[in-house]
Amino acid sequence: MPTVRIPTQLRSLTGGEGQVTVDGSTVAEVLKALEAAHPGFHERLYDDAGKLRRFVNVFVADDDIRFQQGLDTPVAANQTVSIVPAVAGG
Amino acid sequence: MSRVEGPFVEGLRCRECARAYPAEALHVCDFCFGPLEVSYDYEAVARSISREKIAAGPLTIWRYADLLPAQPTSPVDLGAGYTPLVRAERLAAELGLGELWIKNDTLNPTGSFKDRVVSVALTKARELGFKVAACASTGNLANSVAAHAAHSGMDSYVFIPHDLEAGKVVTTAVYGGHLIAVDGNYDDVNRLCAELASEQPTWAFVNVNVRTYYAEGSKTLAFEVAEQLGWQVPDHVVVPIASGSQLTKIHKGFSELFKVGLLDEEPHVRISGAQADGCSPVATAFADGVDFIKPQRPSTIAKSLAIGNPADGYYALDAVRSSGGAIGSVSDDEIVEGIRLLARTEGIFAETAGGVTIATLAKLAAEGVVRPDERVVAYVTGLGLKTIEAVSPFVGPSATIAPTLDAFNAVLEAEENGN
Repeated sequence: MPTVRIPTQLRSLTGGEGQVTVDGSTVAEVLKALEAAHPGFHERLYDDAGKLRRFVNVFVADDDIRFQQGLDTPVAANQTVSIVPAVAGG
Repeated sequence: MSRVEGPFVEGLRCRECARAYPAEALHVCDFCFGPLEVSYDYEAVARSISREKIAAGPLTIWRYADLLPAQPTSPVDLGAGYTPLVRAERLAAELGLGELWIKNDTLNPTGSFKDRVVSVALTKARELGFKVAACASTGNLANSVAAHAAHSGMDSYVFIPHDLEAGKVVTTAVYGGHLIAVDGNYDDVNRLCAELASEQPTWAFVNVNVRTYYAEGSKTLAFEVAEQLGWQVPDHVVVPIASGSQLTKIHKGFSELFKVGLLDEEPHVRISGAQADGCSPVATAFADGVDFIKPQRPSTIAKSLAIGNPADGYYALDAVRSSGGAIGSVSDDEIVEGIRLLARTEGIFAETAGGVTIATLAKLAAEGVVRPDERVVAYVTGLGLKTIEAVSPFVGPSATIAPTLDAFNAVLEAEENGN
């Protein structure tokens, strides 16, 4: 199962865990499984229009999904999905 | 971490959803991931601050301590700020402009405006009890964090892309501390540090977990310009855009001055932005008239501006649009020409980001966006010695001679003959 790395801001939803494993073969599926296992993620990650919030970045194997297929980006069982706050740097 | 607030800080507030937070080492909203902003008790600031009090203050950014988010009693301070505002008559004539000024921020302790933000960030970090300073950097910030950490006795971890200019690597490493070159571009380094900030909560990443305070330091670029113009604001400023934070904070700085009573009239400063063609996500969104900023994979000699995924891009766009400015972008050749133009007309040697600013200023002037009837300030924010690679192929000795009078006279003669 893919691993999901959780930023500090969302660790209250995982009982403090910095990473969890959930099922899924795309980013959208992984995030849906994350919501099922740890309710609360959906509201924090998505806006009212059902799109990822503009200050949420998601990476699969350290690559930004916006350079790939967005939420449809495939995720292999041995890969890591990182949720990272966009506000950093500069 | 203990909680110690700056003199007039009320707390932090999310720019997106307005949730309130205490003034701790927090940079994004737990709920919507929006950036946190320092909020001040401006009425109390207005009662404390005055032009006279500022004039009697230190010749550093700390003269504006009432509008900064850290205690000024023992700042982490190498003397950042109070850099010259230079009247640029010769450059103005070249560009067909009228009253043009260069804010020469190359003259900071480590040669860039980053000393302003780092002085604020590490002063706050120390207040909060941090012992380790860290950052993701394109070079200028690396220099500044390593130097300020050394000065204040903090340990430092500085993360840079592996392919930075030698002049930025050496000038970081010399201060000691840990310098980690990452096999990737700046956005990779930044993502790594954003993740590391969760794993190393006892480190102060100046542009991650203490970014809220850090960014406030850039307001002093607006404060100083207004003070140096006799407490007047320019009509138009041109500012380089990397993350967009500096531009956003210059905009905020001018409006704060009015809010606390230091300006007689509400300022209407047009803010224009400058990017390199090879990394122009904000300029592209501006040109396309859209709100969405599409990240890019940067490819430009202006490495200090090479952020393909700019954290404050949305706010920079807002500031430019609401103020009636524009965002231009320029090619690598134009950047080099911008560096050389500023050097030969004004005697100021800027790094590539300064070349971006000057070349964009030239472009916007030619397009009539920056006008000859405006009082214009261009922010030149980094020193040319850091990126000599950019210009070294194009400039050098005009002659190499034997140590004899005859040899030199031959050169003079050739020059007089127009060679």
